[in-house]
Amino acid sequence: MSGLHDSALPDEWELVVGLEVHVELATQTKLFCGCANEFSTEPNTNVCPTCLGLPGSLPVMNETAVEFAMRLGRALGCEIHPSVMARKNYFYPDMAKDFQTTQYDQPTSRDGELVLADGTVVGIERAHIEEDAGKTTHVGGGGRINDAQYSLVDYNRAGVPLVEIVSRPDIRTVDHAKAYVSELRDILLAIEVSDAKMEEGSMRVDANVSVRPAGSDELRTRCELKNINSIRSLGRAIEYEARRHVDLYESGEAPRQETRHWDEDGGRSTAGRSKEDADDYRYFQEPDLVPLTPSADHIAEIDDAMPMLPAARRARLGALSSVADDVLVTVVERGQDQLALGAIEAGADPDRVLTRIQNDLAVEDWSAVNAETLATVLQMESSGELSATQAKQVLADMAAGLHGGDPKAIAASHGFEAMASDALDALVDELIADHPDEWARFTAGDDSDRKKMQGFFTGQIMKASKGQADGRAVAELLSRKST
Amino acid sequence: MSALGIAAAVRSGERSAVEVVEEYLDRIETLDAELNAFNLVMADEARRVAAAVDERIAAGDDPGPLAGVPVALKDNMCTRGIATTCSSKILEGWEPPYDATVVERLAAAGAVAVGKTNLDEFAMGSSTENSAFGPTRNPLDIERVPGGSSGGSAAAVAADLAPISLGSDTGGSIRQPAAFCGVVGMKPTYGAVSRYGLIAFGSSLDQIGPFSTSVADSAAVLEVIGGHDPLDSTSIDAPAFDLRSVLDRGVDGMRIGILRELSGGPGSVDGIAPDVQACTTAAAEALEAAGARVQDVSVPSATLGLSAYYLVAPAEASSNLSRFDGVRYGLRADAPTTGAMMTATRTAGFGPEVKRRIMLGTYALSAGYYDAFYGKALKVRTLMLAEFASAYEQVDLLLTPTAPTTAFRLGERTDDPMTMYVNDVCTIPSNLTGHPAISVPFGVGDDAMPVGIQLLGPALSESTIYRAAAVLEASAPDSAGKEGR
Repeated sequence: MSGLHDSALPDEWELVVGLEVHVELATQTKLFCGCANEFSTEPNTNVCPTCLGLPGSLPVMNETAVEFAMRLGRALGCEIHPSVMARKNYFYPDMAKDFQTTQYDQPTSRDGELVLADGTVVGIERAHIEEDAGKTTHVGGGGRINDAQYSLVDYNRAGVPLVEIVSRPDIRTVDHAKAYVSELRDILLAIEVSDAKMEEGSMRVDANVSVRPAGSDELRTRCELKNINSIRSLGRAIEYEARRHVDLYESGEAPRQETRHWDEDGGRSTAGRSKEDADDYRYFQEPDLVPLTPSADHIAEIDDAMPMLPAARRARLGALSSVADDVLVTVVERGQDQLALGAIEAGADPDRVLTRIQNDLAVEDWSAVNAETLATVLQMESSGELSATQAKQVLADMAAGLHGGDPKAIAASHGFEAMASDALDALVDELIADHPDEWARFTAGDDSDRKKMQGFFTGQIMKASKGQADGRAVAELLSRKST
Repeated sequence: MSALGIAAAVRSGERSAVEVVEEYLDRIETLDAELNAFNLVMADEARRVAAAVDERIAAGDDPGPLAGVPVALKDNMCTRGIATTCSSKILEGWEPPYDATVVERLAAAGAVAVGKTNLDEFAMGSSTENSAFGPTRNPLDIERVPGGSSGGSAAAVAADLAPISLGSDTGGSIRQPAAFCGVVGMKPTYGAVSRYGLIAFGSSLDQIGPFSTSVADSAAVLEVIGGHDPLDSTSIDAPAFDLRSVLDRGVDGMRIGILRELSGGPGSVDGIAPDVQACTTAAAEALEAAGARVQDVSVPSATLGLSAYYLVAPAEASSNLSRFDGVRYGLRADAPTTGAMMTATRTAGFGPEVKRRIMLGTYALSAGYYDAFYGKALKVRTLMLAEFASAYEQVDLLLTPTAPTTAFRLGERTDDPMTMYVNDVCTIPSNLTGHPAISVPFGVGDDAMPVGIQLLGPALSESTIYRAAAVLEASAPDSAGKEGR
């Protein structure tokens, strides 16, 4: 298998991607102090001696953050190991201590996998706990620390708990990269450890991109892409970068291992720091914190309390229906699978339930719709009591909470009443008589003519019946009368 | 007068806390110009706190076991709103917004902080000569050093500028100056006293402890400052110490080992001075005479401590001291860019010994060198823990001299860091293992300067250590230190 998707790499090249995703944990307080873990607009107001790294301050581990990290690890099928925190030493004004407290050679979670909606398996190397940094704004010069005239630092975000999830370089297409992030986000939401919003920075994705000759299993020089702010942007960035690597190789050059900055507006990546002259972080075990040693019982408790994950929820719906995977993905992503299961249980047709939910309940708030009322409206549609168009309208009104969400009352309020089949039959005969040329083209024309004329007659019938005719019944009638 | 004596007098109403504090402020005013034990005298604050103690007594309250007792704090312990410098230029102008846990606990026990004492910059040194504010002098002979790094706290107690003080001990920084100044200095078990608010040097080694003129005072202070603190994750969740009640139990039947490798006899490291060795032997005999069973015990890895320490401590320090970058507090040097400012600030703000250790530590942690240096030092720590554990199967306590020599002369060792570092050879093992150890004055050297004897025990063996220390104290020959007061 090679290439990306539509705008593919040349067939002789294969894409190799690994993703590093930083996720902010939705704890009440920061990782090592009692400051609220919340977004504050006024700089340096949500800080204390510990997250400011004042001399003499000490960290105290947030137990909920560890709990969340372990839950995430288990949701990704990782083994939970005894782990230690480490110091990653580097000078930068946004790190209040000039080191980041993170995990290095003994991370909490190791060796898991994430299964994409289409069944593709992406290995998870590790998921480790670390603290976030503050935010720096460099003013003047080239806008970087070594040429700025001055720098402003806001430590409100310093010490916010993060988990960094590192995938193996198992991703071969842009679509899989996007699906990975989307699946990960759905898992994070399902296990309630993060709000996982890329646009707001509570989920940040860095992509390690390289290419290699199709069929080879070598790993060539990779570049790490940063500043990717949406799933769409991730796809664009990987495509651009892969193409850049191919172009370099094909012109006899090679990429350098480096961190590159994705410029969404410009649609290109620009060189950042080269990994060759990267800092030596001088990792060592954080002496101010004690090792994390979860018991087997504790891990078993986490497993027992684990909610059903998106993949299992999709599989459950998939077993009951024959809709396409993307419908299942959407319904589960929106958390509408319980609604769907209830409606199916109540007797509605499974495929109709899922496609109607996908198409007609794509709204922020659908809480006024429940399994029974959904089943009722879909059964009204199946029985011909409501046309497809009418069913859509009723569903929209139900979601809006009109008439207490009662489908019968809503249908009555619109005067919806499916046209009786003999009345429809008469109407069709009348229209055929009025349009002999069009009817001839429908009965005797080629496929294209027939298609066009089917549209013409359906439109005329809908118009004449003021939308009360059932589209499927019309199609059947036209087909029957033409033979 | 002892701290416990002062507390008893204040609590009984015999003396007022204000009267006591005025007397000590007068002594500081008179004597400290020459000694330079204090970086800062908290006169107004001390008077205010003492007055509050007196008010509580007048109201019938008990201000606590250290009611009205003046205490000097090593200037690497945070005091709210009061400059805390680590004797470094780099913290110029910084006033912590919070008190260290030990400072809070002393205040809650009725003690009155009278000032911040001088130290080797960031506690790096063994003579208090590495201070940005000039050296502290030994009150027993002002041409000599008081030891270090807690030299200011040791000198303050030796000169009776405060009846008690706190120091911090990373490789001997309480015990060695206690020995040099002829006072009692205790390094508790790692985790027994909260490090919250202690400006870190080597985080896995640092421990706060008391200086005092008596073993009983030492025990009283440790009872107050010890105990679990949720703000320090390495704090031991154990019941508070009960030490004073065991002081008179003696050492009958106690097994005490002379630690062969550090005591100057056959099989010992070089450099233990004969007069110091003689006092060590005399101390062992005194314990034996009091009923202890004394034997020779070998802990071969004890001699590796110095090398391991000078990797572990600088490595941790190189990271702990990164935050002094001019961005948030303290000194900020002027430079054209933010990056250059950070470099210029550190260049101007740190003294030579601090820079030396930051470089040592940075090197020891570097990629490609970690395994050979820092990694190997951690293995030595593990080995030492195992060997000391087996030694403590044979004996209850170990005994060594606290330092290889008596107090040396100012400037005598400043040119060669290595001769300064070997001063810590006897004290370092307890920091690497996290075990408690005390230095008790016992006799004098040929120069009439005091000799300190160190008693070491396993983790949380403080009560056993204090029992033996009380016996040593009672049987010690008159020392220069005692005559000097």
